[in-house]
Amino acid sequence: MSRITVIVDGVSYTDEVEPRTLLVHYLRETVGKTGTVVGCDTSNCGACTVHLDGTSVKSCNVLAVQADGHEVTTIEGLSENGELHPVQKAFHECHALQCGYCTPGMIMQACDVLKNNPNPSEQEIREGLEGNLCRCTGYHNIVKAVQQAAGELSSQAVSS
Amino acid sequence: MTITDDRTDTAAPELEIGKARRRKEDQRLITGRTRWTDNIQLPGMLHLAMVRSPFAHATITAIDTSEAKAAPGVIDVVTGADIKDVQGVNANAWPITPDQVTPTHLPVAVERVACAGEIVAVVVARSAAAARDAAELVDVDYDELPAVLDLKEAAADTVLAHPDLGTNKSAFWKLDSAEAGTGGDVDAAIAKARADGVVIEREFRQQRLIPAFMEPRSVVVDPTGEQMVVWSATQIPHILRFLISATMGIPESKVRVIAPDVGGGFGGKLQTTPEEFATIAVARRLGKPCKYTETRSESLLSGHHGRDQWQKLTLSAEKDGTVTGFKVELLADMGAYVAIVGGGVPVLGAWMFNSIYKFPAYQFNCQTVLTNKTWVDAYRGAGRPEATFGIERMMDELAAELGRDPLEVREQNWITHEEFPFTTVAGMTYDSGNYEAATARAKELFGYDELRAEQQRRRESNDPVQLGIGVSTFTEMCGLAPSRILGQLSYGAGGWEHASIRMLATGKVEVVTGVSPHGQGHETAWSQIVADRLGVPFEDVEVLHGDTQTSPRGLDTYGSRSLVVGAEAVVRAADKVIDKAKVFAAHLLEASEDDLEFKAGRFGVKGTDKGIGIAEIALATFTAHNLPDGAEPSIDADATFDPDNFSFPHGTHLCAMEVDTETGATTMRKYVCVDDIGTIINPLIVEGQVHGGLVQGIAQALWEGAEYDEQGTLVTGSFVDYTLPTAADTISFITDHTTSPSTTNTLGTKGVGEAGTIASTPAVVNAIIDAVRPLGVDDIVMPCTPERVWKAIQAGQAVSHEGERAAAPHFDEATPNQDPGAGSPSTTTEGSDQ
Repeated sequence: MSRITVIVDGVSYTDEVEPRTLLVHYLRETVGKTGTVVGCDTSNCGACTVHLDGTSVKSCNVLAVQADGHEVTTIEGLSENGELHPVQKAFHECHALQCGYCTPGMIMQACDVLKNNPNPSEQEIREGLEGNLCRCTGYHNIVKAVQQAAGELSSQAVSS
Repeated sequence: MTITDDRTDTAAPELEIGKARRRKEDQRLITGRTRWTDNIQLPGMLHLAMVRSPFAHATITAIDTSEAKAAPGVIDVVTGADIKDVQGVNANAWPITPDQVTPTHLPVAVERVACAGEIVAVVVARSAAAARDAAELVDVDYDELPAVLDLKEAAADTVLAHPDLGTNKSAFWKLDSAEAGTGGDVDAAIAKARADGVVIEREFRQQRLIPAFMEPRSVVVDPTGEQMVVWSATQIPHILRFLISATMGIPESKVRVIAPDVGGGFGGKLQTTPEEFATIAVARRLGKPCKYTETRSESLLSGHHGRDQWQKLTLSAEKDGTVTGFKVELLADMGAYVAIVGGGVPVLGAWMFNSIYKFPAYQFNCQTVLTNKTWVDAYRGAGRPEATFGIERMMDELAAELGRDPLEVREQNWITHEEFPFTTVAGMTYDSGNYEAATARAKELFGYDELRAEQQRRRESNDPVQLGIGVSTFTEMCGLAPSRILGQLSYGAGGWEHASIRMLATGKVEVVTGVSPHGQGHETAWSQIVADRLGVPFEDVEVLHGDTQTSPRGLDTYGSRSLVVGAEAVVRAADKVIDKAKVFAAHLLEASEDDLEFKAGRFGVKGTDKGIGIAEIALATFTAHNLPDGAEPSIDADATFDPDNFSFPHGTHLCAMEVDTETGATTMRKYVCVDDIGTIINPLIVEGQVHGGLVQGIAQALWEGAEYDEQGTLVTGSFVDYTLPTAADTISFITDHTTSPSTTNTLGTKGVGEAGTIASTPAVVNAIIDAVRPLGVDDIVMPCTPERVWKAIQAGQAVSHEGERAAAPHFDEATPNQDPGAGSPSTTTEGSDQ
């Protein structure tokens, strides 16, 4: 067992984990962050996407021990002061989710896409989300939501 | 009797119905406050891992569990023999013929496995990881048996999937319009056309697909306490409860099934699974809560598959394009077992192959066949996409044969809007529709004439990238189903739906529905419907579902039935609430019931300003201080609705595909669909259903296929190999609607959950064929990968098909060829490559 200390959604946790434990299993089973889900075993689906030190990672592709000393943000830590993140808001407004299972990963990845490219084209959005699978929406409204969030984020940036 | 107008004009602004309400469901889903089955943790809960057969067909000779039992954290290892008397059975609920051959499907195999992935032992441990580790230590000895994997070979009965049954043929089902009295003799029509008309003969492959919902299936069983509680990622909690009771000998009243948040289904969770029964059996054996969650690889391997048919189709027409007959001969792969409605899925095609057309003679033949592969059952559309693909490909082939526009030939044969209600050659009565209006709108949005002109220019200039236009004018039958018809078809249950409305003292309204959503947005749509009906605020309506304790009666969600059947039950319950409340309103207002009118949630006395709101009446029944003598103090109501008929949404889908003739690569340029789904409750939700459906159907045309190797191993057993489309593979769609309200329910709704999937597959394939037809291609087997497209182009007039088989556009080789160009087809053999 290895001792790790990880900040998850702003709270510091210190736990003993097996060296083989994946970050997603640590988040779900030890920390109780069940908002982050597992959708495959081959790192294809992206349902488990979280931010590690502010950058998106598939948490099934990271060992819990690799997160030692780092900061993780999950879907549960994305909204601030009870206010939804603009990407969360846009997913709701644009009906960019149906069953919602891919949604946490999709939102976390969309945030990352917009962080790296605040003004993406439709094609850039589609390519930025290529590692996240959705079976319900056909991606149409997800792309719309990311476009809408881009607009809101850039107008926020201008006004602040 | 059809009203056709633009959707946006029909929505009165003050009404909830028709409003693009944002979904009530979203808040918890976008913030991660969800309750997926795998999130559930109970004190002392144990975790299960399944030991699965690597062989497609084998006898189990010995199972050594000793090493696994000694592994750290392991509590027990359970074999089929250990639980053979208590594990229940995976039942077939729809024997399509009285003599259907139906192999017994045990949750955990006892003596023999009939497909790879069958469970042979269950490891129980204190953690999921420990269980999975120990599953590797279970030592199973198998004697391998010959496996039959190819559908056509299976139909020949040379190797048997179940030797004890003596045949692989499960059932033969036939509908003949001459015998049924609904039309003429199809063989006579074909014979006549061979003499003086046109006969089109094609064989199409509907490849095997995997539903691939995003949430892997999971089940938690808590056997402690008086009632056993089962949480399952299922579409069908009520049916699961019934079948647990019926096959495991547990009184139904001792079983509570909960479908919490369920992450997609698409038919894939319309099943009672071996994993559910095994988990129940183990939990009861140990007396402890148990959880099993599948891996994605297990999901792809052992959750049921869909489609998988060979379709032999013969269409006869006069030389002017009027179709005179259509004959359908299907071979349908059931896989190793006849799943819950496995046999019935291809049979649903019987009423759909004739589609929107006025065929005078029709025959549908379906042979279901057992193989040593994963069992096959409903996948989005279930029988209707297969049928729509068959007929829509054939109508394009007819148009090509005649050298005419494919929409024009369709219009010549379809039911005109003045002819509804129309009884088809298959015996179904279509209540409403307007194919002309949907097609006109679709052509306009698509820029049909401009794209045809561009296609012509590219053909003339020999552009290496050719443009093709694909048409699909589909209909489907939704709203499963009138119980009377289900009874005639020997289906094991009815098709009704149930709802309750509870008027709470605080003015809130609880709506209990028997359908079980898993992404469709019922909480929002039902709230809109009830808000209008009872005149209460949208926000005050709470929709409860998916728990057999709160929702004791229901038949769950599949077959686009929830809105058409389930919401109609809600409407009827709401009307009963109003009827009950009227008695109290009259009493409290000291007025005659005849003088009351109910409007916007208020009973008013006609001609006065006196009135009382329905919430006030709910409170008055709660306090019960001042009620009419002998009145029962409640305005709550239940309703059960059994539909008289199906509903028949339709639409026109147009797809433009660019095909690089040098590489075989295809690119979707434009996709337009105009669907007529009757009254729209929430346009936002409807569009979402259409988009998602489209991509699933497009995926069948272009990317997806469950492929086995010659040993019967699923080689597309992960998302690396089973290639779901990504955002980068797809485009944005243009969608619109025409509206011909259904006449079979109060709201005029028809159902939309499956439309996109049903319509889009032939639109895409027709577009690709249209692009390369001048190069001598008239079919490409799905998925139309660049390799297959390229090979088809290379082979010129060959038909690219799976297996070692000559292309055969004409089934009867002695018959004079109707198509001079296809007289001596060259041969392309195509393995199940991707």
